[in-house]
Amino acid sequence: MKNFKGKVLFLDRSDINTDEIIPARYLTEVTKEALKPFLLEDLELDGFNQKSDIVENSVIITRDNFGCGSSREHAPWALEMNDINVVIAEGFARIFRQNMYNCGMLAISLKKNVIDQIFEKYSTKTTTVSVDLTKSIISIEADGKTEEIPFSISEFDKDLVKAGGWLNFADEKY
Amino acid sequence: MGKTIAEKIFEAHTVDTQSGGISVLKLDAVFCHEITTPVAINDLVSKGKDRVFDNTKIKAVVDHVTPSKDSKTAEQAKILRDWARRHDIKDFFDIGKNGVCHAIFPENGFSRPGYTIIMGDSHTCTHGAFGAFAAGVGTTDLQVGILKGICTFKTPETIKINVTGQKQEGVYAKDIILSIIKLLTVNGATNKVIEFTGNVISQMTMEERMTVCNMAIEAGGTVGICYPDMTTVEYLWPFIKEEFKTKEDALKDYSKWISDSDATYAQVIEFDASKVVPVATVGFKPDQVETIESLKGTKVDQVYIGSCTNGRIEDLREAAAVIKGKKVNKFVRAIVSPASPKTYNMALKEGLLEIFDEAGFCVTNPTCGACLGMSNGVLANGEVCASTTNRNFAGRMGKGGMVHLMSPASAAAAAITGTITLAKEIK
Repeated sequence: MKNFKGKVLFLDRSDINTDEIIPARYLTEVTKEALKPFLLEDLELDGFNQKSDIVENSVIITRDNFGCGSSREHAPWALEMNDINVVIAEGFARIFRQNMYNCGMLAISLKKNVIDQIFEKYSTKTTTVSVDLTKSIISIEADGKTEEIPFSISEFDKDLVKAGGWLNFADEKY
Repeated sequence: MGKTIAEKIFEAHTVDTQSGGISVLKLDAVFCHEITTPVAINDLVSKGKDRVFDNTKIKAVVDHVTPSKDSKTAEQAKILRDWARRHDIKDFFDIGKNGVCHAIFPENGFSRPGYTIIMGDSHTCTHGAFGAFAAGVGTTDLQVGILKGICTFKTPETIKINVTGQKQEGVYAKDIILSIIKLLTVNGATNKVIEFTGNVISQMTMEERMTVCNMAIEAGGTVGICYPDMTTVEYLWPFIKEEFKTKEDALKDYSKWISDSDATYAQVIEFDASKVVPVATVGFKPDQVETIESLKGTKVDQVYIGSCTNGRIEDLREAAAVIKGKKVNKFVRAIVSPASPKTYNMALKEGLLEIFDEAGFCVTNPTCGACLGMSNGVLANGEVCASTTNRNFAGRMGKGGMVHLMSPASAAAAAITGTITLAKEIK
């Protein structure tokens, strides 16, 4: 399984689309590695610095409908190549969410009020998240204190993450 | 209890189920293009799984950047081309025969009522116009589709949009779908099927229905879907005439792919098309829609007519009717990109290309090109385009560029005046 732990990058906006996550001009690449420098290159958001914010963080927490737009799996790949394997949000676009689990990565949905509280409590602090897939619990840590937040995930999605993605799972089973 | 068309298609195609309400569906078609497929091919090769489930059900096209613009895009096309040859993919469309996937695949009869279709392209929802469950997927789903002919989906709930009334003159399918997206918002149909019904939809041609279904994804929808009817049968007849004795027989058979009257919906929306006026997007989200009237005078640097939304023959006719005998504004670069070779040839024979040419348009070969800022009309920083495409995301048509989405008639009007203009005011 991939690493599901690390410092948090807060992106305080809904509807961040896949063109913002990885612009189409980089879709001419045929390796995942080549996408690494371009993650979130077109995202314009107050306080967000593409050059420094991505290097140190491994978890994204954002608002609603993350990953809307294009079907490009280059979006999860660009995250993966930057060691970001977890995105936590109020909601995801269908294809993006599916692509994350298909790659053995986590797209975790939490209720709006929970996301609101997380932003309120943590978004200005250095925050670390770790995900316990077996217990379906997110641990959020800041200022030396840890809070546990449960999340729901189907057994099938867990299987995909454990298998390292849908290709391995499907080729074995079907 | 009654079923929706999507539920009926799921029932007929489910080969397994998984927890979380997931169905594993058998696929009738897997469509491929050269942007999202080469990575899938390379990965399958590296894992020793370079196989295809059925070389007659996989269709492939080089469409996003064609002819290739540089070594990287040449390599992408080559990977797809070599793979298609290696596996003897029966329907592979390359230079001279290629065009925008969501235009040429329907034209060749590959999209049928009741089908399950996936493609590594979010606008695959276009094919729902034929009563198919057709959805965009990522590369991994595409890989498994190619390898096994299956894909997983959660049975989606359905939003039914009953489009009724009488369209005003000068209002097109694009104005209707943009107005619907404004109502739904970009997240309003996430994880849901959008069923388009009502007299306005049933009076539409297949081309218009494709324009409508094409943009379902812009409201987050998994697929936009229309019920098959005699218009569907007429369109498909050249491809299905061996299968059915008469068109009535075909219609009777396809009628199994219509929702039951007592089907359950997440939401039913009554949409009065009589109130729709010509519209365009503003800003960087496709649900930010304003009337052309309110945007009049907004300057544009480029006009682009084409794409899987509005690059078909009817769109070109609509634009040419506005342009005929006029000249493109001297501060505007106007580009028209017929979506397929068939469209190109029809436009040539009907004299439409001559109209565009004389007005000062650049007529390009069929390709996705400028829509996603990959070739054939990329914007410079700060430039504005009146476009018949489907996405106005920041930087979509080029870094720092901005796109106003609109109908071909409205885009044509902008080409003449250099500003956003009501087509009916072009005299």
